[in-house]
Amino acid sequence: MDRTFLGLGGRTWLISAVALAVALLAPLFLLDRFNTLQFAYVWAFAIALIGLNVLTGYSGQISLGNGAFMAIGAYTTAILYYKLKVPYGWTILPAGLVAGLGGYLFGFPSLKLSGLYLALATFALALSASPVIKNFDGLTNGHEGIVLPPALDPFGFGLTNEQWLYYLALIIAILLFLFARAMLGGATGRALRAIRDSETAAAASGISVAQFKTMAFGVSAFYAGIAGSLYAIITAFVSPDSFDLPLSLSLLVGMVVGGLGTLAGPVLGAAFVVWLPIYAQQIIHNRPDVAYGAILILLMFVLPQGIVGGARQLAGWYRRRSRPEEASDEASLHAVRTGPVRDWTEAPLSGTTGPSEGGSPRS
Amino acid sequence: MQGVVQQIVSGLATGGVYASLALALVLIYRSMEALNFAQGEMAMFSTFIAWELISVVHLNYYAAFAITIAVSIAGGFLIERVVIRPVEKAPPLTVVLVTLGLFFVVNGLAGLIWSYVIKPFPGPPGFPQAPISVGGVTVGLQDLFLIVMTVVLLGILYAFFQFTKLGLAMRAAALYPETSRLLGVRTSQMLGLGWGLAAGVGAVSGMLIAPIEFLDPNMMQPVLLYAFAAAVLGGVENPVGAVVGGFLVGVLLALIGTYVPGARDLRLAFGLVIIVAVLIVRPGGLLGRAHLARV
Repeated sequence: MDRTFLGLGGRTWLISAVALAVALLAPLFLLDRFNTLQFAYVWAFAIALIGLNVLTGYSGQISLGNGAFMAIGAYTTAILYYKLKVPYGWTILPAGLVAGLGGYLFGFPSLKLSGLYLALATFALALSASPVIKNFDGLTNGHEGIVLPPALDPFGFGLTNEQWLYYLALIIAILLFLFARAMLGGATGRALRAIRDSETAAAASGISVAQFKTMAFGVSAFYAGIAGSLYAIITAFVSPDSFDLPLSLSLLVGMVVGGLGTLAGPVLGAAFVVWLPIYAQQIIHNRPDVAYGAILILLMFVLPQGIVGGARQLAGWYRRRSRPEEASDEASLHAVRTGPVRDWTEAPLSGTTGPSEGGSPRS
Repeated sequence: MQGVVQQIVSGLATGGVYASLALALVLIYRSMEALNFAQGEMAMFSTFIAWELISVVHLNYYAAFAITIAVSIAGGFLIERVVIRPVEKAPPLTVVLVTLGLFFVVNGLAGLIWSYVIKPFPGPPGFPQAPISVGGVTVGLQDLFLIVMTVVLLGILYAFFQFTKLGLAMRAAALYPETSRLLGVRTSQMLGLGWGLAAGVGAVSGMLIAPIEFLDPNMMQPVLLYAFAAAVLGGVENPVGAVVGGFLVGVLLALIGTYVPGARDLRLAFGLVIIVAVLIVRPGGLLGRAHLARV
């Protein structure tokens, strides 16, 4: 492709520009107050999911515990405001850094674990968040939580409260998206993918596996911390119950639904996670769980690789249909460049003897 | 000292419940490398069927027990055929998400059918609530029933996998799917059977804990958590490990709850930290194999 700008192909560039324009103009023309606020949550969630994708989709380490890092971020913001009266705008970056440090440190014991064992360790983290917060009630105000002031438009653009929160979350999400894109597109991204696909081969090629894996944990937790901080600012309230198990599960859902190992996936996954419970409520009013579960199952039937994975398959199919003669070339080129979406269990699991000798475990 | 023994005995009893659900998780993990989030909810649903048979149809407890297990095996098989089969070849995380969807559906359905009002569930007749005293340690007969049932269950499964042709076929299908298919094993149906067995084993765990915890659609959620921890602690591929892990988790939680001051809220967190610490020393679980990778 010759028409590229910032590494994007012509069509991708157009789609991105249109999407960005819609995202920027929507709260002014399309969305009412409720929807504007919900989309502010979508952007905050998208940040957390981008971070989770760096960890699981790119470095192949599963985490069910990023909800805990969101809790660290949210409480850093809340405590800085509550105890030290720091204006909330100045608490977002520290929230990310504190959570990121926590994640980096957590990455060291995690080096020993993989697959379901790592899933349990991170799960432990997710489950510990709420009891630990309740236990240190001198700092965190325990069960009652901390009320934050409503975040008002500081520049006097005449934005409503919700619109300001929307733009704040959107701009931070875009910045972090671009940062992740730059990082994953370069040597770091290649190193992480090499580790995901084969740790041994990566180590043999001179990649410091431990260094990159702990770094992935740190980056992922940094993103989760920023997302948690934004969550606290948007809600104007933090309480331990917000960071319980359902949060970590919805992060997992968002990541897989969006598409593992993709950068656009987290945005779509975040929208899914924020909106699905609202729709499920409308479908079966008294038991939304049933609708939520059924939609999740059906979606996985239709799009086992997530939304972005499915879109890629569809695009490949369309390209083959419309230009049969050159399509095969481009399809194979595409396959070489991006490869199939690989996932965490394809990293060598401990204790498996059969599958490595007898081929794929399920075929 | 008596106090410690007392706690260990009651820990073993609840541990038995974790062990049987952990066993169910391991059965499915071995065949598809995915954690079944819905395992606890399936067990809860089975327990409601047993409740219906005992309290509404007025069936004998043991007859209801046996029928429930049979119905659960059929139900588990059916669920695999209808819900899991379409994603059999998808990445394991996709399968995990489907089981998470199943979790919500089963929980919501149970709530629709039986409501969220908690119900008493009878214990096994012939094992009265009144405890007996052995050397100063009081032991509930129901607790004993629980421990014995878990060990019996493991024995039955061991015999099934070791000594029957079907068991051999299931092991082969899980370990070497392609070779097994060439030899005429219907690997896909074996997966369904694995789900059936897991559902049956899970039903036992549900019926064992219901007299202690009462019956409601959310009763298995903490159990699933401990069972997950137990399965991983024992080594996720190993059924014996799951049972050992289940008993260990039960005892560990009982001891932490009693002897660590102020640990009421933090009991779970403490327990998990200890388990993770053990895993860092033995990354493949207590009875699992060491991490080996073929290059």
